[in-house]
Amino acid sequence: MAERLLEVKGLKVQFATVDGTVKAVDGVSFELERGKVLGIVGESGSGKSVTAMTLMGLTRDVNSRFEGEVVYKGKDLLQVSDTEMQQYRGAEMGMIFQDPMTSLNPVYRIGEQIVEAIRTHEKIDKRAAKNRAVELLRQVGIPNPEMRVDDFPHQFSGGMRQRAMIAIALSCNPDVLIADEPTTALDVTIQAQIIELIDRLKDDFNSAVILITHDLGVVADVADEIIVMYAGNVVERAATRDLFYDPQMPYTWGLLGSIPRLDRPRPERLHSITGSPPSLINLPQGCAFRPRCPHAFDRCTQRPPLENHVDPPSHLDRCWLDVEYKRAHRGDTIAGGKPEAA
Amino acid sequence: MSEVAQPGQPLIEVRDIKKYFPIRSGLMQREVARVHAVDGVSFAVQPGETLGLVGESGCGKSTLGRTIVRLYEPTAGQIIFQGVPIEGHGARKLRPLRREMQMVFQDPYASLNPRKRVGSIIGDPLKIHKLGDKKERKARVEELLETVGLSPEHYNRYPHEFSGGQRQRIGIARSLALNPKLVVADEPVSALDVSIQSQMLNLLEDLQNEFNLTYIFIAHDLGVVRHVSDRIAVMYLGKIVEMSPAEELYQRPIMPYTEALLSAVPVPDPDLAAKRERIVLEGDVPSPINPPSGCRFHPRCRYATQVCSEIEPPLVEYGNGHLAACHHPLNVDAGLTAVGSTSAEGPA
Repeated sequence: MAERLLEVKGLKVQFATVDGTVKAVDGVSFELERGKVLGIVGESGSGKSVTAMTLMGLTRDVNSRFEGEVVYKGKDLLQVSDTEMQQYRGAEMGMIFQDPMTSLNPVYRIGEQIVEAIRTHEKIDKRAAKNRAVELLRQVGIPNPEMRVDDFPHQFSGGMRQRAMIAIALSCNPDVLIADEPTTALDVTIQAQIIELIDRLKDDFNSAVILITHDLGVVADVADEIIVMYAGNVVERAATRDLFYDPQMPYTWGLLGSIPRLDRPRPERLHSITGSPPSLINLPQGCAFRPRCPHAFDRCTQRPPLENHVDPPSHLDRCWLDVEYKRAHRGDTIAGGKPEAA
Repeated sequence: MSEVAQPGQPLIEVRDIKKYFPIRSGLMQREVARVHAVDGVSFAVQPGETLGLVGESGCGKSTLGRTIVRLYEPTAGQIIFQGVPIEGHGARKLRPLRREMQMVFQDPYASLNPRKRVGSIIGDPLKIHKLGDKKERKARVEELLETVGLSPEHYNRYPHEFSGGQRQRIGIARSLALNPKLVVADEPVSALDVSIQSQMLNLLEDLQNEFNLTYIFIAHDLGVVRHVSDRIAVMYLGKIVEMSPAEELYQRPIMPYTEALLSAVPVPDPDLAAKRERIVLEGDVPSPINPPSGCRFHPRCRYATQVCSEIEPPLVEYGNGHLAACHHPLNVDAGLTAVGSTSAEGPA
């Protein structure tokens, strides 16, 4: 068995606001092993980014409350001090943010920003750090890195900026790389390049990756395991093939059905999940997806547990529906076709 | 100004349209170079049709869209709207036409004025064109809000009170306020979650049927345009490199660039994704200041030969209204191949 790098147990994150307590993450558990890619999928507001930022210690604030454990190499990161956290952040865990346009500092050269990241964690002189920066830019596929290292962010295209972000995230050889919607702001062609790059670098750097996205298509061929999140909860969790070929949660079907697919004939209409995600201050009673679920019945007013219902035992879902019923009905949703009743 | 459209007459036609942006420098602000954003594009769109315009960032698709609705002055070429050339119209002559052509923008956060209420965002076009009195305008806005799936109670709210998808609905309602004939939608769903994306695509389709709209739908993702388009034009560095009826383009791409764009669309099926050959295009779109010689795609094309860097391939018809500009067309019988190029076996 591969080395277990990260174990998240029952993580809850709450923020106190003037409007009430926001339950951003409400009980998330997963494990991450070296060399693996974990996909976290969900809509905006499902808590996937807050989960990632909490792993990095970026949600620490007077108004936030945490429960559960984030065990990294045997140490609970929720308990360490802010100064100790700085040693993990960047050095042990690197993060790639969604928007390459706003996450680089526009008034510093690309090279300076990479050198800063390196010298924060390692005692190494400027020249050596800069050589490392050039090498990193080469590894992430920036052509002519000796010249480009002295460019400013505005001289890079969107795809190149995201590559530079990846170079910064990798600068200290982190064991865990967290990519939060790394391709959402990019063209499909560049998206394909970046996903392939992350997958390759994971092997080169012998690390593990958490890939966060709202598009199941993006993680289909790189993730080993996928977590589907809804309203701060894990609603389904399975190995990638199991999730795509035997999805158990109606929300997962909806996500699959929303993707305009090129591998199938064009349906009359795309499936769409009606309505929008619930407010995290006033969660619906019972299953959070109930108000949008076309298959909801009276039992759904109680919250279903995250349990195994199908083979293999690692496949968990949060739904009261009968497995046979689900297998008979999910096809319509996934293939699109009939519009759901509003 | 409202001409009666003759049968068979396209709603809008552009002929060899060009848009260059000058780059100025020095004390005298002399023009030192030009960005060839749109470099000779021609097509016609029939009433009720949807033309999908696809390409990567920097290919000129947004510039083309904005030039068509005359937000930009074209450098050269003709724009013919309902049989009347409009490329030379000044602001005053354009004003009645603005009612007929509207635009939906990409970014639902930047395209709505944060200080205005929804009622005036959607209602201002009516005010500008002096349509109806205050009461009628309010009724119209409330009706529009319902049409796009929002509630009339949203009339007095501000944009920040809405989610990304709801804001995009406001943008769509605004574009419909004046009952336009042509709507240019510039990446209307790129900034949205997939689940919201499909809601928006279905809405645009419903509105088209209800109001008999003509769309020019701009996107970078061939998966998205397939669902709305009747015909698709693929753009690369300011030129159309392939244009075809929608399904035909997916069955039989001719231009290697189209093939690469198709293979970049993620497939939500792990086994298929693993089996599929993915053509990853190296690097970015080259600079439109000095576009490559010959075929503009040749530096990134895996089929490129000597001829591609020397001679620019013309846009040739391959039957079925399928046009492509390539020296090494894929999926084409040898007999159909354009003169002067060798046939290349495309992957099945």
